[in-house]
Amino acid sequence: MAETAAPPARPDERLIRVGPLARLLTRPDIGALLGTIAVFFAFGYFARSVNWLGDPSIAAGWTDQAAQYGIVAVPVALLMIGGEFDLSAGVMIGSSGLLLGYLATNVGMNIWPAMAIVMAFGLTIGFINGMTVIKTKLPSFIVTLATFFVLQGVNAAGTLRLTGTTAIQNIDTASGFDSAHRIFASELTHYDFKVKVLWWIGITVVGAWLLAKSRFGNWIYSAGGEPTAARNVGVPVARTKITLFMMTSGVAALMGIIEAIELRSMQSKEGIGLEFIFIICAVVGGCLLTGGYGSVIGTFFGAAMLGMVQLGIIFSQWDSNWTYTFQGGILFAAVMLNTIVRSRAQKAR
Amino acid sequence: MANLLEADQISKFYGNVVALSDISAHVNAGEVTCILGDNGAGKSSFIKILSGCHQPDQGRLLVEGNPVHFTSPRDARAHGIATVYQDLAMVPLMSIWRNFFLGAEPRKGVGPLQWVDAAKAKGIVRRELREMGIYIRDPDQPVGTLSGGERQSVAIARAVYFGARVLILDEPTSALGVKQAGVVLKYILQARDRGVAVIFITHNPHHAYPVGDRFVILNRGQSLGTFDKSEIDRTELVRLMAGGSELAELEHELESIRAEVS
Repeated sequence: MAETAAPPARPDERLIRVGPLARLLTRPDIGALLGTIAVFFAFGYFARSVNWLGDPSIAAGWTDQAAQYGIVAVPVALLMIGGEFDLSAGVMIGSSGLLLGYLATNVGMNIWPAMAIVMAFGLTIGFINGMTVIKTKLPSFIVTLATFFVLQGVNAAGTLRLTGTTAIQNIDTASGFDSAHRIFASELTHYDFKVKVLWWIGITVVGAWLLAKSRFGNWIYSAGGEPTAARNVGVPVARTKITLFMMTSGVAALMGIIEAIELRSMQSKEGIGLEFIFIICAVVGGCLLTGGYGSVIGTFFGAAMLGMVQLGIIFSQWDSNWTYTFQGGILFAAVMLNTIVRSRAQKAR
Repeated sequence: MANLLEADQISKFYGNVVALSDISAHVNAGEVTCILGDNGAGKSSFIKILSGCHQPDQGRLLVEGNPVHFTSPRDARAHGIATVYQDLAMVPLMSIWRNFFLGAEPRKGVGPLQWVDAAKAKGIVRRELREMGIYIRDPDQPVGTLSGGERQSVAIARAVYFGARVLILDEPTSALGVKQAGVVLKYILQARDRGVAVIFITHNPHHAYPVGDRFVILNRGQSLGTFDKSEIDRTELVRLMAGGSELAELEHELESIRAEVS
């Protein structure tokens, strides 16, 4: 394609012709796609007591689970490509859901302005994470680990103090709840596909577009790949990274809103542990731990794969504790594959 | 006539260490000024001041005769002064065209919905690189797959394309093999012939002499003088750079290199 575009430039004699397959294998997201297909058909066999391959209500089950992971995994992947981690992305779901519950029940607000406050809260936490990382130059791993623990304590102690229990209940008593429920937590078809799945697909499309097509996407790659070089040519690296932290916490807050409205209550431990699942999705999607490389589309498949594993293990009637072992195995396989794909991207052209 | 870029008696101190003391240099359009010096001579402190990374403690910078005060590299670039750093010019995992336009992406679309015009960017990259005589295999190729000389060349082409009037090159040849260094020297002359003022920082007089119009020699933060090419020959340049005591050793080394080349 590139060679035919410019007639005077004859093909370089050093350029070995690469077939479409070899070229495809240099993409960061191809491993996640192949892995997802493999997992899908594997459970087609292991979960053969149910109609895993053909039953739409089973697909509704695993896509619901995948959306749970995939929505926040998109900004987490962008952040990783930008060279940073956010370990507070999981607990933020709980904090946001609890805040929404508090505003909707204890304060008695209408759900819509309450949601606006929760989103502002999410963006603020992201801003604080980003500013702290930029100003202190500490690894984001440490900074967001601190945020994680601070919020975890606030969630548990705050909820207990407010309600005397470990959850905020009766969020559906808030005014405006029904309209919010339609947008964030309704079922799409009679097979119980959740509207959450559309949010997942929508955020993936926006994230993929941002990364591949927008100027901001170029800045994300450069901020993670070689921040000094990026700064030297005028990329606002600090602003890019802070924006990414805000996107991550903001989308986690959105996920908190979705969960609070779907479940109509919020546990104080909600979201804890998911931060690593998001990172696994991103790594399966081809994101390097060192930044500068990765894919939002791949992350989509990563979330789909983990969603399938979660449900597939249940339908295969295995002990669900094996899920963790699967997730670990998938992570390891993905990292190995990424290493190979990256070295291809660096050489085989 | 005022010089395009002039450093006037620049000094820089780090605590009680004098990094630079009363250094002056200038460059004009279509000229190459070489800043020569051994490691620790103050070359990098000097270019960091020229490129806006650091501010001088004493002395002035003048652009076309007007005193300027750069607070950041971006500031210097606004005056048409672009710096290409030895290792830090490119993002290896990004493609050539993304690197080329990094920080100045051409965009399509309206309002908040704007996207990078990739087709246009790739076309410009092909054309610009071809004009500099650089033949790349594919603009989608990651920069990490290019050789060191090709990377430097792409960085130079980029700076020239984005309207650099003054191009500061930080040791562009030092990490390269003989042939690759020759390629980069060729692009320095190409840039000069397109009317760019080039400041070429190097510790290698054999790279500086063939391309330079003027030589500023630094030694331990002091200037040993500014010489036009007509005032100095290659041997004298080498001698000044090496300093008397190390000369004999260097001569010997150079003889063996010369023998190797011929």
